[in-house]
Amino acid sequence: MIALLRRDLRLALRSGGGFGLALGFFFILCVLVPLGVGPDGPTLGRIAPGVLWVGALLACLLSLDRIFALDAEDGTLDLLATSPLPLEGVVIVKAAAHWLTTGLPLVALAPVLGLMLNLPMAAQPWLAASLIAGTPALSVIGAFGAALTVGVRRGGLLLSLLVLPLYVPSLVFGAEAVRRAASGLDPLTPLLLVAGITLGSLAILPFAAAAALRINLR
Amino acid sequence: MSLWEYANPKRFMAISGWVLPPVALLAVGVTAVGVGWGFFFTPEDYRQGSSVKIMYLHVPAAMMAINAWVMMLIASLIWLVRRHHVSALAARAAAPAGLIFTLVAIVTGALWGQPIWGTWWAWDPRLTSFLILLLFYFGYVALWEAIENPDTAADLTAVLCLVGSVFALLSRYAVNFWAQGLHQPASLSVAPGERMAMVFKLPLYVSMLGFGFMFLALVLAGTRTEIRARRLRVLLERERMG
Repeated sequence: MIALLRRDLRLALRSGGGFGLALGFFFILCVLVPLGVGPDGPTLGRIAPGVLWVGALLACLLSLDRIFALDAEDGTLDLLATSPLPLEGVVIVKAAAHWLTTGLPLVALAPVLGLMLNLPMAAQPWLAASLIAGTPALSVIGAFGAALTVGVRRGGLLLSLLVLPLYVPSLVFGAEAVRRAASGLDPLTPLLLVAGITLGSLAILPFAAAAALRINLR
Repeated sequence: MSLWEYANPKRFMAISGWVLPPVALLAVGVTAVGVGWGFFFTPEDYRQGSSVKIMYLHVPAAMMAINAWVMMLIASLIWLVRRHHVSALAARAAAPAGLIFTLVAIVTGALWGQPIWGTWWAWDPRLTSFLILLLFYFGYVALWEAIENPDTAADLTAVLCLVGSVFALLSRYAVNFWAQGLHQPASLSVAPGERMAMVFKLPLYVSMLGFGFMFLALVLAGTRTEIRARRLRVLLERERMG
């Protein structure tokens, strides 16, 4: 498992591996929003939680099709399926690699962008916490979507169509936690719900994704 | 004699061929009676005027939109567990019908909301969850269309349906958490409290029954089409081979 994780991380960090793609997209989105909405501070502060979460979600979406598609093309996936590592484990490792190369950097970048979007200081720790709690779900749901569409050529649009509705609960609760913190309310309830969704997804979706991979490899 | 004998495609074709015409007639007849009764022979609501009558389309469509997904879920489970092809094809046939019911519910709701709430659309929990349901239907139908091998497609869509059901439920509660509602609570329920008068309720029941028959007829017809399409494909394959 660790060897596979290191291989995936190495591939992702190599140039053209798509590591910078999500970060760059997230950054550019957060620069473009004030340009489109106007420089008014309070307005920006009000929409900042939603913009940051939607940005993180879209940035995550960008690199999803890489999770399995490249491996399916060059036959690595068949090898992995016949290796002693169960396919569920492969899915978890792949999702973890995806999270380490997109979700975690997003969490690191988010406070800076929160400052740019005039997010109230009180909400900053909660933004980081909600992203840490929520982005693993985005990666593992995305791995499930990627496993479903691995046999489809140019499945990017289909993948987004399948995955976006599944992202709704995480997005709602994650953004709600930040919004509550920004307006001085108690953000703990939505934060716990986000974490709950993440844990639930981590528990169930690797099995669903592995089933989908097996069907696709049949 | 077990229920599963009807899952034999040949048997299913024979029985559904016999059942479909009366069900289709019932669907047209009962829906026409329910909607006609509701439209022309019920008094107007004292606050909403005649716009209340769109309820005879809106409520049954919304109900069937959800029921269709539940039926797809059950059919997907049967397919995954017992591998009956008719079940997978019935789930496939139900999806477009459910999609249209969802659209009808959203559109009639918008038409009614404009004069009564003063807006076509509001980000209300019920409205939003229907929009999300619509996205789920689109994803499901798109996945069926995208994959060529029929068995692979059936398996993958079944898995999607199971996972999607969990997340659809989660989304439903998430949006409840996220916004206050504009939509009135359910008008029909077994719980005691303020209810609709019988004059309004009876045609609504008839109309719901009609929509139920309509869904049944659509699913039967769709499944029959799918079975025939599959036979046709096998025949074409054989011709090419021979």
